[in-house]
Amino acid sequence: MIVQELIFYAFSLVMIFAAVSVITVRNPVYAVLFLVLAFFSAAAIWLLLEAEFLAIILIVVYVGAVMVLFLFVVMMLDINLVPFKEGFIRYLPVAVLVALAMAVELLMVLWARGRFGADMFPVPPLSSADYSNTRELGQLLYSNYLLPFEVAGVILLVAIIAAVALTLRTRPGIRTQNPSAQVRTRRDESVRLVKMKSEKPRSV
Amino acid sequence: MLTLAHFLTLGAILFSLSIAGIFINRKNIIILLMCIELMLLAVNMNFVAFSRFLGNLDGQIFVFFILTVAAAEAGIGLAILVVLFRNRQTINVAELDDLKG
Repeated sequence: MIVQELIFYAFSLVMIFAAVSVITVRNPVYAVLFLVLAFFSAAAIWLLLEAEFLAIILIVVYVGAVMVLFLFVVMMLDINLVPFKEGFIRYLPVAVLVALAMAVELLMVLWARGRFGADMFPVPPLSSADYSNTRELGQLLYSNYLLPFEVAGVILLVAIIAAVALTLRTRPGIRTQNPSAQVRTRRDESVRLVKMKSEKPRSV
Repeated sequence: MLTLAHFLTLGAILFSLSIAGIFINRKNIIILLMCIELMLLAVNMNFVAFSRFLGNLDGQIFVFFILTVAAAEAGIGLAILVVLFRNRQTINVAELDDLKG
């Protein structure tokens, strides 16, 4: 048990440090990298909560695809870093105030009268070694949640098409092939038959 | 002993931090998108914690779908960002006032 607590506090601290860095660091590239650190710590805490499948998904899909996409875009855009921090000092007091107020309110709700403590929500026993989180999740996903699962696939498809349609551009003045015109070409557009008399061999 | 409140506290702190991030980084759309990702992570943390302590896997299914939608959102958001930067050479929120009457 004490090991679990140590792991929880260590990764929580790393996660909060990473989140603070994400919102305060100057360079967006570092912000993305700190966000990756936050996701890794979250995955570790999810492992502690026996959500193994989601923890792995978070790292493989989210860090591996979405965060890399972020990094890609941040590095691709050649942005001037100076003007982004101009409102930093001005909005810092109100940001701290709002965040503190919100955190205090949430913590008051969470910790008042042990509402979410061990009495109301007893700590469940650890699962046995042959328990497979992925198996259970898959059984639920492909039975009760089959329709939402399909809809999620459609959403991803729409996202793909939207992203491609948004960023696709045709530059003027570039010579490219036009495959449809090539396919539609008929014989009489490209072949010309010429009638001519046959040449007589010159007598030697 | 780690109770549900510990995990919910972590989620609450993370959520508040991302709110503060949205206030501080009002100029930079990329950081704003990252703050939204952090917020979703905080929400997911709550879902996973409740799923564990209630002994119900439906919460994890929700996290699954949130991750899907967040990935779609990030993809489209970044595509819009790229188009925006291509057309305006800036992603400063203060300069994006075309719709202002």
